[in-house]
Amino acid sequence: MKISENWLREWVNPNISSDDLVAQITLAGLEVDEVLPVAAEFSGVVVGEIISAEPHPNADKLQVCQVTDGTEQFQVVCGAPNARAGIKIPFAKIGAVLGADFKIKKAKLRQVESFGMLCSASELGVSEDNDGIMELPLSAPTGEDFRAFLGLDDQIIDVDLTPNRSDCLSLAGLAREVGVLNKADVTPVEVTAAEVSIDDTFSVRVEAADACPRYLGRVIRGVNVAAQTPLWMTEKLRRSGVRSIDPIVDITNYVMLELGQPMHAFDLSQLSQSVVVRMAQKDEKIVLLDGQEISLREDTLVIADEKAPLAIAGVMGGEGSGVNAETQDIFLESAFFTPLALAGKARSYGLHTDSSHRFERGVDASLQEKAIERATALVLEIAGGQVGPIVREEAEASLPEAAVVTLRRKKLDQYLAISIDKDLVTDILTRLGLEMLEVTDEAWTTKAPSHRFDIAIEADLIEEVARIYGYDNLPSSMPQAAVNFTPQSESKTPIQALRSVLVAQGYQEAITYSFIDPVLSKQFLPDIEPVPLANPISADMGVMRPSLVPGLVKAYLHNQNRQQSRVRLFETGRRFIGTVEALDELDQQQQISGLIAGSRDSEAWYHNSDKVDFYDLKAHVDALFDLNDGNKPTYERSKCEFLHPGRSADVFVDGEFVGMLGELHPQLSKTLGANQPLYVFDIALAAVIDAKLPEYKAISKFPEVRRDLALLVDRSVPVADLEKVITECAGDAFKEVLVFDVYQGQGIDDTKKSVALGLTWQHPSHTLSDEEVNNSVETIVAALAEKLGAVVRG
Amino acid sequence: MENLKQILADALNAVAASETESALDDVRVHYLGKKGALTALLKQLGNVSAEDRPKFGQLVNEAKGQVQEKITERKGKLAKAALDAKLATETIDISLSGKGQEIGGLHPVTRTMERIENFFRGIGFDVAAGPEIEDDYHNFEALNIPAHHPARAMQDTFYFNPTTVLRTHTSPVQVRTMEKSQPPIRIICPGRVYRCDSDQTHTPMFHQVEGLLIDENISFADLKGILQQFLNVFFEDDLKVRFRPSYFPFTEPSIEVDIMRTNSKGEESWLEVLGCGMVHPKVLEMSGIDSEKYTGFAFGMGVERFAMLRYKVDDLRMFFENDLRFLKQFK
Repeated sequence: MKISENWLREWVNPNISSDDLVAQITLAGLEVDEVLPVAAEFSGVVVGEIISAEPHPNADKLQVCQVTDGTEQFQVVCGAPNARAGIKIPFAKIGAVLGADFKIKKAKLRQVESFGMLCSASELGVSEDNDGIMELPLSAPTGEDFRAFLGLDDQIIDVDLTPNRSDCLSLAGLAREVGVLNKADVTPVEVTAAEVSIDDTFSVRVEAADACPRYLGRVIRGVNVAAQTPLWMTEKLRRSGVRSIDPIVDITNYVMLELGQPMHAFDLSQLSQSVVVRMAQKDEKIVLLDGQEISLREDTLVIADEKAPLAIAGVMGGEGSGVNAETQDIFLESAFFTPLALAGKARSYGLHTDSSHRFERGVDASLQEKAIERATALVLEIAGGQVGPIVREEAEASLPEAAVVTLRRKKLDQYLAISIDKDLVTDILTRLGLEMLEVTDEAWTTKAPSHRFDIAIEADLIEEVARIYGYDNLPSSMPQAAVNFTPQSESKTPIQALRSVLVAQGYQEAITYSFIDPVLSKQFLPDIEPVPLANPISADMGVMRPSLVPGLVKAYLHNQNRQQSRVRLFETGRRFIGTVEALDELDQQQQISGLIAGSRDSEAWYHNSDKVDFYDLKAHVDALFDLNDGNKPTYERSKCEFLHPGRSADVFVDGEFVGMLGELHPQLSKTLGANQPLYVFDIALAAVIDAKLPEYKAISKFPEVRRDLALLVDRSVPVADLEKVITECAGDAFKEVLVFDVYQGQGIDDTKKSVALGLTWQHPSHTLSDEEVNNSVETIVAALAEKLGAVVRG
Repeated sequence: MENLKQILADALNAVAASETESALDDVRVHYLGKKGALTALLKQLGNVSAEDRPKFGQLVNEAKGQVQEKITERKGKLAKAALDAKLATETIDISLSGKGQEIGGLHPVTRTMERIENFFRGIGFDVAAGPEIEDDYHNFEALNIPAHHPARAMQDTFYFNPTTVLRTHTSPVQVRTMEKSQPPIRIICPGRVYRCDSDQTHTPMFHQVEGLLIDENISFADLKGILQQFLNVFFEDDLKVRFRPSYFPFTEPSIEVDIMRTNSKGEESWLEVLGCGMVHPKVLEMSGIDSEKYTGFAFGMGVERFAMLRYKVDDLRMFFENDLRFLKQFK
């Protein structure tokens, strides 16, 4: 909320500087967003009066004006079409400075001398209005310094109020708070009941008393809507960011800003029979003040007459029933709507108004009569008229009750870790307007004032005491707690360690959005219907990612477009698979995923420009599994749609699918614009987190024996099958098999490949003889031939 | 005798003059071999008077020893010189880069999050995690934010349907922890959170670390102490910190924490870095914790903001572009 500091000081004027005041409000929990000057910087401008305005002899669009500052007369050439004799205007005399350095000097415009400048509102920074020169009321004292006249040595304090403090959404509320903070007297505006001069009333029927426990209305006849809103009011409105419309609307806005009660004025001639406060009927239509037609829902409170809705209660009035240029008689509304009845309603129609903002958060339920009397007095003062009696509809039972809350000494001391003097606590609470029902050494029993409907429980009172005492004045300490060990399983690998494995392999960690483009999702996983957001920020962030891979590929493309050809990225995070219909069964599994592309090493002097391939990627995935010797993955040819069918694998642990890796499908790669093969993996984090507690096995003292085998076998036979057969029949002393060469091509049958294997034996308790090893080799060779058709190369 | 002196002098000269191991060997043979000059002198012992014989023998043996010693010494020197010469030919340019994989790096957000986690683990907090697609109850209701509460407008929420949202904070993890355990509770909840907001200073996804401590006798002073210390250790600086009243539906009292920043011109200003407060009694009760017996505090911070302050990143959006030229700066 924006409020003029001078206006605030009219109500409460503590002896502190502006800066201190702003800091004080902020530290009391009413955060000041910014402090702005109410006008541009300028000096030397006075209230002037145009005595005459004649056409310029040499220019169509200029006039030559004679302007007085009350003592002297000046000739000023002016281009504003509204410059005319008899009006009062801001007059910048020779020597005036506008803005930082625009100095007004004697000038000659088309051979006519000019001594000064007549100013527009925007030139002085008091309005955006640039329509000619600013016209001042005729009562403005000619010759008075313009800054003093408008009280421009003032600033706008913009307070960002939290939802609980709607009691401060008014000048009265802020003044009250400043008074409490400074122990300063507050002088509220004096409101007296208007003298009723006519008997006219208009009937009001409240059909929804729960939502509207109090409705006050009043007829005022014969108002002059053409009257000028006084400058003091338009200036205060302006400084609060409210535009002047007509005197009646200005007054309702003014009362809202001043006292905090949103009001509405109807054109009495547009109302049919009676005002009805009721819930809307389904699909009832209303055209609002802003011109848009709204189709209402049954949960919406409306102000209607016997024919149609006139306003969405507490949100916005209708177009047809509002005050307009022809209005003569008005019906003023000052009502209390319960916050719950209005909560979320404005927003549900895409609306947000000063009125809805206040009603949703809560308005002081005792304020309505004061507000309608204040508005009546202002209407009479500004627009005249005949006042009817107040029409009043109230449902006492539905009005909020003041909370009785007890604050215990024990709780207060425990919460704040300090024992604040009893009298000081009583003083703070009393200053805040709480009524002391009973005060003992053990407790304060209090009743909250009607404007502090946010106070409901003991913790609220503790907060109030703490806030006024000053958070910075409260003690500070470290919590005392019994030391306890946090269990840390050694059979789980910390995610940090897994990240380090990839970082050591040259990967950069990426963080991509959890929502992706549904089109992209379909390109990768045509069979998965991704989970859509109801209100995405944009269409290309419309669905939850069913895999981390599309995001990583997009990140790759971002880098490819920035001349980064060697890319290694990984990400950990959740993927989302399920349906909107069964969101509680949604799979939000954590994944660890990566992408590599480009050369194996960075380009360097040692000729290493080899490109990465499937096996680089596989080594990285294996490293994740191997880090703590946890799960043993097995690999099978992948069926994943977005991977190259011949260069991809699904990963299994104990027969369960845990992820996949491989080259991105070349067709997809091409469609997306990748200029080289991309290799990606996507593994369930849980599968690589499992670790095995190491267990020592005695190291044999006897020598190892190694034999190499070169085999010729069908290309279709996986090397893993050879290894499996060997391991099965190599005997107890067998230690390991390694593959040291795979060759296919020139020199061998083109359906075959040559595989060279190194086999190692080591016995725990004796040195193996040649004969023992030879026997094993013979068994192996026979088994390989029988089971896989492998023959030993000559 | 004269002869011995001469031979010794010649021998030592010859040793010193030898430039190769084989030349040295020749010298050895020439003087110490079976037919060597010094060996020959010993064979002439018979010609020496019996009286002088022991003395002469001793002198010759000493001379032999001396020559042998010099040969060994010379040999060592020659071998070292030869090795030096060989190694000199093997010299490489040590300014060239090493071979193999260059190291990658963590995302600055992860790096910051882990740093925050480590501080809190160090004082006995556990790390807890939970779902990102949350139900309305855990994200709002259980945190004292009923439907249509104006506070819901403080956090623009992504919805899937009216009762399922993308969590707007990691607080639902705290709720889930309170539901299944009793105090003392000391947890921090790092993770992704989502708000329907995107501009210069907001991304629709960002990261939070929230913390919760519930025990008997936990006070506002404990909250102040822990956060003041945390900010000092995180920024490795003795920061000016202020605690300012604020409002969150799930805490009472509620606090925002500002730190004093100095810009390049030396101007000071407060910057908000944390939201926190004493856990609202209703929030404790709703999750089955006795609010008479226990009190606690909760706090939350935006990881990106901490990373920006720490690493002087001035554009929030850089964090999610995954530009390698950005990412590689954080190692």
